[in-house]
Parts: sequence; C-alpha cells; structure tokens
Amino acid sequence: MERFTWKIGGQAGFGIATSGQLFARMCVAAGRFVADYSEKPNRIRGGHNTHQVTIADKPLYAASREVDLLVALDKDSAFLHLKELASGAAVIYDGEKITLTAEDLGRGDVTLHSVPLARFAKEVGGEEVMRNTVGIGASLGFMGCDFAPLERVLTSAFGKKPEHLVANLKAAREGFEYVRTQGGGHHACPLTQKLSSPHIVIPGNEAMALGAIQAGCTFYAAYPMSPSSSILHYLAGKAETTGMVVKHAEDEISVINMALGASYAGARAMIGTSGGGFSLMVESLGLAGIAEIPLVIAEVMRPGPATGMPTWTEASDLQFVIHAAQGEFPRVVLAPGDVEEAFHHTLLAFNLAERWQAPVFLLSDKNLGEHSRSAPPFDTSSYRIDRGKLLTQKDLSGDKPFKRYALTADGVSPRPRPGLKGGVYLSNSYEHDYFGYSDESSEMRVAQADKRMKKLEGIAHEMPKPLILGPSKAPFTLVTWGSMKGPVREAMERLGEEKMKVNIVHFSGMWPFPKKETEKLLSSQKHLVLVENNATAQFGSLLKEQTGIDIKDKLLKYDGRPWFPEELMAAIKERL
Amino acid sequence: MPKSEDFNTKNFPTWCPGCGDFSIWSALKGAFVALGIEPHQCVVVYGIGCSGNMCSFVNTYGFEGLHGRGLPVACGIKMANHQLPVLMVGGDGDLLGEGMGHFIHACRANHHVATLIHNNQVYGLTTGQTAPTSEKGAKTKSTPSGVIEEQTNPITLALTAGATFVARGFSGDIPHLTDLIVKAVSHKGFAVLDVLQPCVTFNKVNTYAWFRERVYKLEESGYRQTTKPAAIERAFEPWSEKLPLGIFWQEEKPTYEDSLPQLKNGPLVERDLSHIDISKLSEEFR
Repeated sequence: MERFTWKIGGQAGFGIATSGQLFARMCVAAGRFVADYSEKPNRIRGGHNTHQVTIADKPLYAASREVDLLVALDKDSAFLHLKELASGAAVIYDGEKITLTAEDLGRGDVTLHSVPLARFAKEVGGEEVMRNTVGIGASLGFMGCDFAPLERVLTSAFGKKPEHLVANLKAAREGFEYVRTQGGGHHACPLTQKLSSPHIVIPGNEAMALGAIQAGCTFYAAYPMSPSSSILHYLAGKAETTGMVVKHAEDEISVINMALGASYAGARAMIGTSGGGFSLMVESLGLAGIAEIPLVIAEVMRPGPATGMPTWTEASDLQFVIHAAQGEFPRVVLAPGDVEEAFHHTLLAFNLAERWQAPVFLLSDKNLGEHSRSAPPFDTSSYRIDRGKLLTQKDLSGDKPFKRYALTADGVSPRPRPGLKGGVYLSNSYEHDYFGYSDESSEMRVAQADKRMKKLEGIAHEMPKPLILGPSKAPFTLVTWGSMKGPVREAMERLGEEKMKVNIVHFSGMWPFPKKETEKLLSSQKHLVLVENNATAQFGSLLKEQTGIDIKDKLLKYDGRPWFPEELMAAIKERL
Repeated sequence: MPKSEDFNTKNFPTWCPGCGDFSIWSALKGAFVALGIEPHQCVVVYGIGCSGNMCSFVNTYGFEGLHGRGLPVACGIKMANHQLPVLMVGGDGDLLGEGMGHFIHACRANHHVATLIHNNQVYGLTTGQTAPTSEKGAKTKSTPSGVIEEQTNPITLALTAGATFVARGFSGDIPHLTDLIVKAVSHKGFAVLDVLQPCVTFNKVNTYAWFRERVYKLEESGYRQTTKPAAIERAFEPWSEKLPLGIFWQEEKPTYEDSLPQLKNGPLVERDLSHIDISKLSEEFR
C-alpha cells in the first residue's frame, strides 16, 4: 500500500489549518484516501502550528507521524520536525525569506527546495497568507501530480469570491510551474486513483453535527470550549438552513439547563462541551437522571485537569462521565472511534435518549473531533427517528393530573409534552411520586429508584457491541476504545503488510458495560495489550471491575498527543 | 373558563402559618383565572427554596429545577415552544444568589418569560441565613455580626440588565399583586416582578407592619414612565424609608424568540422530523 505524508508548518495566524484542509480535500477530490493531524498552541497569533495529511491508495485509518514532504513557512518549522522527516524526505521553504542549509539541519538524507513563496504571492496581488497556496501548488508539482485537482478544490473554496479565486489559482500555478521547471516530480505520489464516487473528508465534530441534524435535533446549546467548539460553529452556521435553534449560553450550567428545558418541552436537544465545561454541568446531569429527561451530551475530551492543555488530546474523562453527579441513575456512554461511528452513534444517541428518557454521552476527544478522515458519504437509509413513549394529544384524555412517573415493566413511563390537555405533571429534581410531586416516603423512594435503574437492563440490549477487527485469532490482541481505534487499526494494517499478525478488540459502547460479549471476545485471545490515551488505564480499570479481566500489558500515552501508528508498531515489534 | 380551584393539587401547602408565600400562591392562581389560562396551557418553572415548594401546590405543567438554575430551563422551554406561556417562580436566594448570572443574561436576552422573585431578605428553607437582598448589617445565622455586602436591589438590577418589564408587588396586597402578575405574564418580553414578602419565622425585622409603613403605589404617586434613568432613580429610593409598588418600566422590544427566523413557521416541538435530508450538507465536505 502506498502512503505519502505532507505537512505544512508555520506560526499561528499563517492560515495553516485552512491550507491543510484544502490539501486534504484536493487529494480526496482526486480519488485518494486521507487522514489528517494538526497541532496548534492555545493562542491566535504566534506559536507554532502544523497540519499534516497522509494520503493513500487504500482506506486509511490515521495519519502517519513520518513526513515525506514538509512545507516550512518559517525556520522553526524545519527544525522542530527534523525527527519526523522520513529518509529521502523533501523540505520546501522560501529561500528569499529564510536561510536553510542541509548542514544546518544535519540531515544528509533530506533534500531542500527553495521556492519564492512570498514573492509569488505578492506578484499575483495576494496577501502574505497566499504563500500557503503557492506552497500547495509547489507541493503538487513536487509530487508529480496534475494541476486539475487543485484547480477544482480552489474553485469550490473560493467560487463565491471571484477575485480571490483568480489570485489563488495564479498563486498555486506559479508554485506548481516553478517546481516543475526546477525538475520536481521525482517524489512521485500521483493522485490518479479514481473512486467511482469521491469520498467526503470530515472531522469527527462535524460528523456528529451532521448526525444531530439527521436525528432531528432542533435545539443545540453550548459555551465555546476547545476542542468541542467546531460542533457549535458548524450547527450555528447552518441554523437558518436546518431550522435548528443554536444557543451560545452564558455558561455551561445554563447550557445544560436550557437543553433540559427544551427537551422537557418536547424538542430533541443536544449540548456540547469538553471536560471543564462538563464539570460545571454535573449537578444538572443528575437532574436529567431523576426527572428522566432525554439529553444528548457531546463531551469532546482534552488533557486536564482544570484548564489543562486546551488544544491537545487525551482520553481521560471515561471514568468521570460514567460516575459524574451525586446519587444513582441510569446513563449511556458511547465513545465513537472514527468519523463513521461519530455520525452513526449520534443517530443512535438521540433514539436511546428518548427511548430510555436518560442522558446519553457521545464521548469523543480532540483526536477524533478535530482531525479529518475520508469516508464514503454517510448512509442514512436505515435510520428511523424513534421518539419512544412521547405522547401526542390523541394519546391523552381527561384533565386529571397525569402519572408521568407511573411504574412500568421496562422502567420507562409515557411522557406528554407541556401544552397537551390531560398531561399535566411536574418534572421534579426532588424525589417524587407518580405525578412528579415531591415525596420522601421510603416506599415511593424505592419504587422510583428501582424504576429508573431498571432501564439499564433494556439499554444494554441496544448498545453497540465490542468489535473484533482483523483476524479472529492473533498472537497479540490490542484492546482499545474511542478514538484510539484509528491509529491502532492503522498499526494493525501496516504490521500486516510486514507479515506480522495482530488483531483488535474495539469498544464504543462503554456504559452500560457489555459484560458478556467482552468476556466471550477476550477470553479466547492469547496476549492482550491495552492501548489508551491516558495515564491511569481508565478503561483497564472498568474492564477489571466489570469482568475481572486484568490486562497487565498496557500502552499508555498522555503527553497531549494521540498514539501514532508507527509508535504502536514499534511497541508491538518489541514484544515479538 | 378556569376557576381558582382548578389550580389546586392533592397537596396542601406546607409553608409556615402567615408566610407570604400563601398570598403569592393565591395571586398566581387568581392571575391564571384572569388570564383565562387552563392548567395544561402553561408551564411554571420553580427554583429550590420555600418559594419553589409551591411546585407541588399548583396544578399546571411544572418544572422544579435545581437551586439557582430555573431560569435557563424556563428560557429553554420558551425557545422550544414559544407559543406556551412560561413563568419562573423563585426566591431571592435562588434567583439572585446562586442564579444571579442567569438572571442578568435572561434580562439581556429578553426571552418571553415572566419571573416572580419571592423577596423575603432571608434563606427560609435552610433555616435563616442571609440572602443577597438582606440589608447591610442584617444579623442572621450565617452572619451573626451583620452582613458586610451591599443589599442587592432586584429592580435596578433588572432595569440595567435590559428586562423589558420591571415591577414590584407586595404579598400583603393580593388584588394588586394579582394584577401585576397578569400584566407581567401578558407582557411580551422578559418580565421581572419583585414580590416583597415577610418571612414570619426567620426575619423578625421586615414584618408585614414594617412593609406597610413603607410601601406606596407608583400609579397613585403621579409617577410616569418617562425614561429608564427616571425609573432607576425611583427604584433607588432608600429601602429603609420608601418602597414603591407597581410598574417601574415597560417597553416593547422584539423578544429573543421573535428574533429567531427558525421559529417563524411554528415552535420547534411541532417540527415535522420525518423528511430530513442531509445529502446537500454532506456534499459540502467533498
């Protein structure tokens, strides 16, 4: 399998992310598979930003760490990523702006190519930021590709602003031709693979947002917090098209309470935040639990505690979301592993929330939320919105108070929406009777607590099951969850190409925990290796608590970066 | 037409005999009758406290939220179903202590929600600690040497934060209070009704007699709503001397819900979800 990794680096404010996304879309438009990865400090100007895109001719699950072609917009970009450069890699830089020599870099196996990025940008009448476009054009020339895919993607990006389009096309063409005339093209990565229908290229956050729209979510509330904010930005940008009310509330406590109000009123509601914002919401999570109000919560994790590392990744809130809030009540935790699961688990989350009248988490992280992967457009043909026991006027009669919290076999009681005649009830944060009125008797307490907790049995049947990926038996089984699926799967594929056999057991249905399926899947495997993006093996603890299976061999990473396929491959090779 | 009894539940109030909450309860039911609102045609959101305990005594759709967090719930209900009248009932501790931030932002947003603040200058349900509305120097269980902070004035706070209806009532005058609730609910925008209310158990200073010596009605005093600064000036009359009742300020402005084009064709809760097609949105990711 052919893989090629392109990277662009420069100061924050240089338009690195936009260029990276453009490059990824260009490759996908040309029928390739991509996965991207970006790094940025928590500031708007200054500091070092990067965006890298791995391109392949077969399905790809995560970006590589090793870089084949680096566009260095400043000197730091060349030096900071020296170790990532593959043997034979090339660096494109602006020799009219910075001095860079092979001796400086100390890498005889890397070639340097000066392209007058800033001058070309200026000559076409563009702003300085347009040197990125020159850089992309130069990269394309260098890779030995046609110009057409870039022309297509620039036209789609700037089509509404003709003067920008003309300037960008010129800038890209200048870079492209310059490299060609300098004899580029020997680092061939032709973008010739043609999929019958090109894939989309989408990050996990936007996949969840699309899922919310498809699921009939009409109310989304959030307070900006990295790395969850792009869900808010996307949905807000589309609000007038979709008709969704998207509310940036004054704080996260307001966010969750507004959503609970909207859901109680009868709208499908969702909120999004990261661990810090979720910490503020915790008391209200319990309100959703006791009042039995459906709610979908996207918790896009970042390294904590406190402010932590806002623009980096970690998967260390698993135990937190499973246990958050005082008291006991049922909740659901889904941890999608890739953009397909981000979309489909969001669809599922809305149905579970309403069927079981309970809070449902979509536990993601920066690694999934902000990194794009190419995928076929999501298939929505089999999805049906299921609003559970939500009543309509024809289900109700009389004008007596309604037994909203009546005891039922599955623990779920019919739910009217306010405004319907014959459905009057109280939604209550206190323990309550069948009508919702506060009740502290021991009989009612036990009856209502049992009714609520009974839901977990039913929910368990509707949870995504752990998946076995790769061969059914292998000398090593990588056990993982959530967004680690990408790099772990990529490592498995690449080890397979080197004739080394491993398989994966991946979890995305975290709570209620799939005990039986897990025992069945794991007990037949030879050597289990736990892979997590946190310091304390949170899933390992959960697994041990729920099944008694104690995975001693652990790969834990908690430096703010995701696992890269190469790191996992090296770790497995050490064990052979 | 609804009758006052329609709004009773199987539960009888558990407030202390003589509590101002009884009068507010009566006035609220009377206001529903006057407005012609049936029990199923509105939602009342309650805070936590003696005032919030009213949730079990009023037969309408209700939502007893968390301490201080009722207003966001009320605003969420309104955004989801803007055709439904929504009221918020809470205490001074709930709405101005734990929930003061939400209060200010709800005023700013001009959600169409009527908010009743039970203002008794004390925390009743937790047995008599200071409230944000306590007078400076007030001695309570949590401030035995006297309150150091300045007294919060809900009227000036609401006026400066952007509420479009700001009024004060008194639990000792039920007909007047009923009329103010009717006007607050009828007002299209965020309405704040500060209700002066004695706590007969934990506040031995601000009694019915104490209030009666100080309250007067704005509408009988020659007050005219001219400018907001004039309203603020009136609201700044010294607490220990004069307590104006009535409407300080009312203005017509688009509500938050009016300003959402998404709600032009009806409330979110009536949206048809059966024909959602994301294929065009998906195309944009190519």
